[in-house]
Amino acid sequence: MMKNVYSRPSGIFEGAVTGFCPGCMHSSVCKVVAEVLDELGMVNNACYVQGVGCCGLAVTYFDMDTVAAPHGRACAIASAFKRCSPETLVFTYQGDGDLAAIGLAETMSAANRGENFTVIFVNNGIYGMTGGQMAPTTMVGVKTTTTPYGRSESEHGAPLHMCEILSQLEAPAYIARVTLADVPNAKKAKAAVKKAFQYQLDGKGFSFVEFVSNCPTNWGMSPLESLDHVHNVILKEFPLGEFRAK
Amino acid sequence: MSEKIFMKGCEAVAETAVRAGCRFFAGYPITPQNDVPEYFARRMPQVGGVFIQGESEVASSNMAYGAAAAGVRSMTSSSSCGISLKSEAISWMAGARLPVVVANFQRGGPGIGTIQPAQQDYTQATKASGNGGFKMLVLSPSTLQEAVDMTWQAFELADKYSNPVLLLMDGFTGTMMEPVELPEALSDEQVAAIRATKTWAATGKKGGPQHKVMCGPGLDTRISQEQMNIRDGKMYEEWKTTEVEYEDYMTEDAEVILTAYGISGRIAKSAVGILRAEGIKAGLIRPKKVYPFPDEAYEKLNFDTLKGIVCAEMAIPAQFAVDVENVVHGRTKIATALSSGGEILDRSAIVEAARALCGK
Repeated sequence: MMKNVYSRPSGIFEGAVTGFCPGCMHSSVCKVVAEVLDELGMVNNACYVQGVGCCGLAVTYFDMDTVAAPHGRACAIASAFKRCSPETLVFTYQGDGDLAAIGLAETMSAANRGENFTVIFVNNGIYGMTGGQMAPTTMVGVKTTTTPYGRSESEHGAPLHMCEILSQLEAPAYIARVTLADVPNAKKAKAAVKKAFQYQLDGKGFSFVEFVSNCPTNWGMSPLESLDHVHNVILKEFPLGEFRAK
Repeated sequence: MSEKIFMKGCEAVAETAVRAGCRFFAGYPITPQNDVPEYFARRMPQVGGVFIQGESEVASSNMAYGAAAAGVRSMTSSSSCGISLKSEAISWMAGARLPVVVANFQRGGPGIGTIQPAQQDYTQATKASGNGGFKMLVLSPSTLQEAVDMTWQAFELADKYSNPVLLLMDGFTGTMMEPVELPEALSDEQVAAIRATKTWAATGKKGGPQHKVMCGPGLDTRISQEQMNIRDGKMYEEWKTTEVEYEDYMTEDAEVILTAYGISGRIAKSAVGILRAEGIKAGLIRPKKVYPFPDEAYEKLNFDTLKGIVCAEMAIPAQFAVDVENVVHGRTKIATALSSGGEILDRSAIVEAARALCGK
């Protein structure tokens, strides 16, 4: 007898063809989110608000209800949507340019109001979709298409640490930074997503999970090199862990 | 219908919206429309609705978009420079075909301009309230009773076409007080029934196919942006025969036509009687919807006997007059009576312009 040990999560399209680049962890983030929704039995009662950028490619993956947001506005839309449809599990799916640059006001304000939805934030330190421009999370010294001489702290500022910034607010219920760059951390990441969604289901308020991710294409690295880079460099700037668990 | 009550324009619009089943409002403070969010802040909790003061006009209009995506009758309002900030979400509402009512209580411009009443957003309202060449039905009341009636109508039209509708107010109609007769409020059951018709709302698949509230095709290869533009363009064309609305007042024997919309339409109407008393046969054309523009109201004029048209508006340079000129196309003389930047339109300027066209 064959035993089924793993199946495609029901929230991922059958035969989905990835729009993400080879080695990009976005598709794995989508998979983890969909697995958790299955475990919670919420795929049929979920809606994700998609940001603009590579995160928008999730539309080729997630087989669940969705609202597309203008660049940066996902947290404003999710705030209103959730208040009008409290029985729906609502999460935004946003990258770092979307969430931490153009959408900073919407992110901070929704968090400060303690809106009862979840943010899935994929931080790869760059604008991927538009071809590798500097993001608010880009490391100092890194050359991008708009920092051809490297990000300079005096000119461009230091990287924004969203978990740390949000932790200054009173309202957020759950804040965690995770990564899928290795198996033990991937297990922790999935647990964090589950916890965040459970917080929402329990009506505890704003929950936020940041995935430290990679961008082999725009980092100019092979997928494996990009994972090493996450471990050796990025995680030193963006430490993992739970910042808030009310 | 209930009894007449004395109300401020902003509050009459907000109360009518609640009665029409609006259960979400997001706004941001800007004069002269602050009474709208303030009213909703008090009123929404009483009817189980949601009010959010957004962190900006950008956020609050996106919130109205988000609420509409959940199937709720939704509204946002602002004034002039605030509407420019809302244009991002307005364009998305049109692209995603979401029913939302947007109200603009016009003030002076450009930029921050003045806080006093003006009509300087006509071109923006009727031609391009955002990128991408979309259209909205644009309703412009000249009395508070009409503001009440049009607010109700705006929610009906937004749902009918699943498209944003613009209520083009001004600082006068927003802040003055008049007796109004309010419509009977929809019951909770009626509000729920309207929401239930929105089977496209993205509130969960519930075992069925995915609901996508998207602006544009996204990565869906089954439909192109061009096909969506063609679909929407057909609807806009259809409006030119089904949605034209204007007031035609004493035009049959008129030798001179006064034309204006919104509060200026009311001022111009009062000039008709003054001119008639002087023996000048004046008439009025007042578009109630400024989009689609009522070409037919002008087309049916007798240009052989007409001495001219006076376009009155609170905008310098003139904006509404350009649409009148485009229809009239040189068949009669066109004069303007204008004010701008918060200055009140002077009725005597309209009367003078009409006299001059009639050689008096």
